[in-house]
Amino acid sequence: MDINCETIEHLASLSNFSLSDEEKTSLTNDLQNIIKYISQLDELNTDNVEPTYQVFEMENVWRNDEIVEQDANREQLLALTKEEKDNQIKVPKVL
Amino acid sequence: MKTANKTVTATRLVKDALEKAKHFADYNIFTFLNEEGALKKAAEIDEKIARGEKVGRLAGVPYALKDNFLSPEGDTTASAHILEGCASPVTATTVEKLEAEGAIMIGRANLDAFAHGSSTENSYFGPTLNSHDKTRVAGGSSGGSAVAVALDIVEFATGTDTGGSIRQPASFNGVYGFKPTYGTISRYGVVAMASSLDCIGFFTKTPEDMDLLMSITAGQDPKDMTTLPDYYNENFNGDNDTTEDAACPSGTLRAAQAKSSRPVEHIASSAASPIYKIGIIKDFDNDVVDVSIRNALKEKCELLKSKGYEIVELEMPTLKYALAAYYIIQPAEVASNLSRYDGVRYGFRSENSTDLDGLYENTRSEGFMAENKRRIMIGNFVLSSGFYDAYFLKAAKARTLIINEYNKAFEKCDFILTPVSPNPAFKLGEKVNDPVAMYLEDLMSVSLNLAGVPGLAIPAGETAEGLPIGLQLVGPRRSDKKLIEFSKELI
Repeated sequence: MDINCETIEHLASLSNFSLSDEEKTSLTNDLQNIIKYISQLDELNTDNVEPTYQVFEMENVWRNDEIVEQDANREQLLALTKEEKDNQIKVPKVL
Repeated sequence: MKTANKTVTATRLVKDALEKAKHFADYNIFTFLNEEGALKKAAEIDEKIARGEKVGRLAGVPYALKDNFLSPEGDTTASAHILEGCASPVTATTVEKLEAEGAIMIGRANLDAFAHGSSTENSYFGPTLNSHDKTRVAGGSSGGSAVAVALDIVEFATGTDTGGSIRQPASFNGVYGFKPTYGTISRYGVVAMASSLDCIGFFTKTPEDMDLLMSITAGQDPKDMTTLPDYYNENFNGDNDTTEDAACPSGTLRAAQAKSSRPVEHIASSAASPIYKIGIIKDFDNDVVDVSIRNALKEKCELLKSKGYEIVELEMPTLKYALAAYYIIQPAEVASNLSRYDGVRYGFRSENSTDLDGLYENTRSEGFMAENKRRIMIGNFVLSSGFYDAYFLKAAKARTLIINEYNKAFEKCDFILTPVSPNPAFKLGEKVNDPVAMYLEDLMSVSLNLAGVPGLAIPAGETAEGLPIGLQLVGPRRSDKKLIEFSKELI
């Protein structure tokens, strides 16, 4: 797998990054090396093996959709944002 | 660990800890010192003791909190620029449980930003220095926590371990570091890295202290759906009666006294104690591992044999693929977990944006460290259409094979003893520009997270240069209590 500038730009857009030319060069090199390393998994035979996505042994149990406890109120959470107006978070124009 | 009493007050313990923290300021251990808050809590505990009221099992014990645990005391930064100025109204369950027993947080400990790293060099606040050699790394990502305990500033510190972030810095600094079975301790209120791998654990100076902290913090939390029922404090034949500890208002804890009343040489031969079989992994006994670490492992095996334990050689050929699988699964989960940082609701927000998309992009580009960006981009690569099957799905299948291999190994032995990392603490700057070389430091630690099994890093002497060596004791899932108990045999 070859990582070129186009791949880096695609991944940057998936990741919501705008990268400098310098960053693009170093990331191309780093990602190339990392992907070369992780590609050694190709050697491993995984035919008929089920994937594992989590190692938690419990099964899901549904509960009533009720709020038991709230750790933070609206005021405390709004205090964390940079700009607030009329109880809402203010951001630059969307369109 | 020493708790407060009428003679040695909580205020004294906290003042001593804060003084030591300032004395060692050049090690860059703390991102925040909790002077005012800690002294206030200490005074409250001292008043309780003076009134003869019952105090907790950690009364007045100063501790360091890894700076990815949320609490209202100090900003929670995860040592990342993008979380700058985040004074969280939320308190992590682990913090609540520790403080309910009287523990006092004296400072927030430095880490690799978002716990991405094996050296603490990826911190926005600069690296933490090794406790034994200031030209070397502290290990990571919980470097600040490990050094705070190693330099005896605090009695214990919290950590998080996604691929070795507790065990490796513990081994680099000569202290105990424990990653429990996945789901043992609530992750509520801890900055998420890779959710199927993340574990909460501790750094201590003794196995007895580790046991005490585990018994306090283990258990199901309605706020974390992936916590197991409290198996740690149940169904164990050992010294497990915590009610007496709780009633003991002050002084040295009972767990620590147990050690002297029960000489280790009698354990193996006593009828009540099982004769465990200890596995060693042949595949790790090669040139990849520093010779002083291999020798330390051999010495500990001889020690165990002399105590009557059987050493079993294991072949675990799939483990060498654990690192590759880990560096697919972990970045994939990182990319997902870190997509929430957009500058809108909390933390740093770039001021150079004219529209919302620009705000996201600029905030993320300016707010994340280079290693954060690498991992997010690798994660999005292995998850992206066209590559998902070849990378992410392949790694998830490899994870199954690694779990099977551990299950098979634990049919032949009770615990496994391995190195924590291939090398002792390396020089600052040595690997920071070579991600693959840095990732290779995690070679022996990541498979435990993939399998969800517990591992305890144990101090095992020093190299000729005086650098600490660590070994890790690995057990099957939910063997945590037995594993910590058994580690006393290796002293």
